[in-house]
Amino acid sequence: MLEIKGLRAQVEGKEILHGIDLCVYPGEVHAIMGPNGSGKSTLAKVLAGREGYGIVNGEVRFNGKNLLVMQPEDRARAGIFLGFQYPVEIPGISNMYFLKTALNSIRKNRGLEELDAMDFLALAKEKMKLVDMDESLMRRAVNEGFSGGEKKRNEIFQMAVLEPQLAILDETDSGLDIDALKTIASGINALRRQDRAMILVTHYQRLLNYIVPNKVHVLLDGRIVRSGGKELALELEEKGYGWLEEETIREQAVNS
Amino acid sequence: MSANSNIEELANREYKYGFVTDIETDTIPRGLNEEIIRLISAKKNEPEFMLDWRLKAYRHWQTMKDPTWANVHFEPINYQDICYYAAPKMKSKPKSLDEVDPELLATYEKLGIPLRERDLLAGVAVDAVFDSISVATTFKEKLAELGIIFCSFSEAVQNHPELVRRYLGDVVPFTDNLFAALNSAVFSDGSFCYIPKGVRCPMELSTYFRINAASTGQFERTLIIADEGSYVSYLEGCTAPMRDENQLHAAVVELIAHDNAQIKYSTVQNWYPGDKNGKGGIFNFVTKRGKCKGVNSKISWTQVETGSAITWKYPSCILMGDNSIGEFYSVALTNNYQQADTGTKMIHMGKNTRSTIVSKGISAGHGQNTYRGMVKILKNADNARNYSRCDSLLLSDKCGAHTFPYIEVKNSTALMEHEASTSKIGEDQLFYCQQRGISSEAAVSMIVNGFCKEVFKELPMEFAVEAQKLLGVSLEGCVG
Ligand SMILES: Nc1ncnc2c1ncn2[C@@H]1O[C@H](COP(=O)(O)OP(=O)(O)OP(=O)(O)O)[C@@H](O)[C@H]1O
Ligand SMILES: [Mg+2]
Repeated sequence: MLEIKGLRAQVEGKEILHGIDLCVYPGEVHAIMGPNGSGKSTLAKVLAGREGYGIVNGEVRFNGKNLLVMQPEDRARAGIFLGFQYPVEIPGISNMYFLKTALNSIRKNRGLEELDAMDFLALAKEKMKLVDMDESLMRRAVNEGFSGGEKKRNEIFQMAVLEPQLAILDETDSGLDIDALKTIASGINALRRQDRAMILVTHYQRLLNYIVPNKVHVLLDGRIVRSGGKELALELEEKGYGWLEEETIREQAVNS
Repeated sequence: MSANSNIEELANREYKYGFVTDIETDTIPRGLNEEIIRLISAKKNEPEFMLDWRLKAYRHWQTMKDPTWANVHFEPINYQDICYYAAPKMKSKPKSLDEVDPELLATYEKLGIPLRERDLLAGVAVDAVFDSISVATTFKEKLAELGIIFCSFSEAVQNHPELVRRYLGDVVPFTDNLFAALNSAVFSDGSFCYIPKGVRCPMELSTYFRINAASTGQFERTLIIADEGSYVSYLEGCTAPMRDENQLHAAVVELIAHDNAQIKYSTVQNWYPGDKNGKGGIFNFVTKRGKCKGVNSKISWTQVETGSAITWKYPSCILMGDNSIGEFYSVALTNNYQQADTGTKMIHMGKNTRSTIVSKGISAGHGQNTYRGMVKILKNADNARNYSRCDSLLLSDKCGAHTFPYIEVKNSTALMEHEASTSKIGEDQLFYCQQRGISSEAAVSMIVNGFCKEVFKELPMEFAVEAQKLLGVSLEGCVG
């Protein structure tokens, strides 16, 4: 489904991603971990098409299509969803209206009939249950004045409504209390499907207890330095990233 | 493509109302002198007092200079090169719509303002002003049953001279400013409205202004009087053909609210803004002012300004009556090379008077947007309150937003609150919308609409929808 080859990307003239290779197949859940500033969010934004991130080299294919030439909205319509680490506020536009517009532009693009207000409301209500979201949030402006946890809940709720093929969730577990983490994790689990893949960016092994990943990758200074099964996450939890850094330096020394 | 360069491509789109109606017009020679004023007055068969007033205004105008304090730039206007009267030729004033030239009816149809009552929005009565004269007023009889007078200004001069004489220039004297003086000298028509004591006007009253003839200025005058305990909501809309030269529109609007009366005045201004290089377009130099004469009276201005090459306009309130309320809600959008210098004046004279100012300026392309507001609390205005909020949104790197709030307080019990913000349309916001599948163009329009929400909610329902669409259209091409 997603194929990243030798991806190097820069922002403001500074190269952040130094060659990423990653393959994600339908039905899989990949976790990406790594220290602050290692480039996790950068990777997520490059995949979603955020302006200002320049591609230095490499290739990304999504269902065979060259993703890097597509506009962000076309990537979304093709089935890519990014759960933001910092969801954005849009004053004056209700959450309900925003999501309905989003869903309908995606549907329209796929040749499906647009949902009217009633049908949309019914759908929204059903999906709200999934993340136990308060209905009053629907009438408020998009993310405006939402608490950190409410914003994250809202991201997963949007994902549930938009039903993407590939969901990239950037630190959706950060800033959640323990109960909220459970609710959201079970919401995400409920959205796991044979034909849907997920990339979870996280700092905490705890999330992966609830959502068991097929693969875990460690991103360090713009490179994936190690990949493994879910036991890798446990190892990281125990040892931190220091040993990997040392190992990487040693390997680089050997290689050169 | 970057969102920035996207946004810079703003508005390469055609102005939808730029067509010209081919109709025979009765015009007078260009230029301005006492003869011309006598001619206009004679054409309108006016009583002596009107001619005298016009001549006084003209003589005063001759002593005045173009105002220079506004943050707008244009070549000096050659007042002798303008035609001050142009009217579609009619054998006699049509008595009913059946007698109105079909070409004219078709024009309004095309503008989305059907004049036949059966086609009209049920709740709106329309006075249609074409160049210098009013061509039709709908629902007149129905309103007359309630004692409401809603007619063209010319008719009011003929049929209600005592009201005109009493109120004309009461709020905006011809000495006020150069454009007001010019208007007073040459104004040809406009709308007149009187709501009698205790009557709540059951429908929205509206005037639709259309400039058609070339080299013609439009100088209309609107006078609205709400007698004790009455209420009226009034809407104003306008368009003009696309022409390469600038055309002058210098209107005067006067509102008077007596004890316990309320006037709500809404404008959606969509004059031709000029092309994308800044050629042509309407100079919209308008004086609008309301007087809250009576106790507990209220005047509320709501404006959505998207058109005109230059807008120079400050709908204001004079709060004379104790406990009276003035409000000003404004959205002004400038794109390409448009310039807007707009805002309000709130003059607090009575006790416990309150005013609210909410201004939203949006600049795109090379547009320049200036908010200029004055709040004046006079000596006797005990416990006056003002709340002002001015927000500016920038959609490009080449446009500008400027805010000039003036405050003058002569009474220490006054309470003033002022908030202001300037923000660039967030790339994060745009990206967030796009990531959810919304096109960048729809996203800009959505973000801008959200930004204007506080103002739009003050507009009557149909108008709010219209205003949202208009903003969308004015921003089209803003993003590629
Ligand atoms: N717009 C920008 N301008 C300059 N540097 C940037 C920009 N965006 C990201 N960076 C830099 O790129 C690096 C990677 O940032 P990124 O946000 O991808 O890290 P992250 O792995 O998501 O970290 P965290 O775990 O803290 O969220 C950081 O050093 C960051 O400062
Ligand atoms: Mg991050």
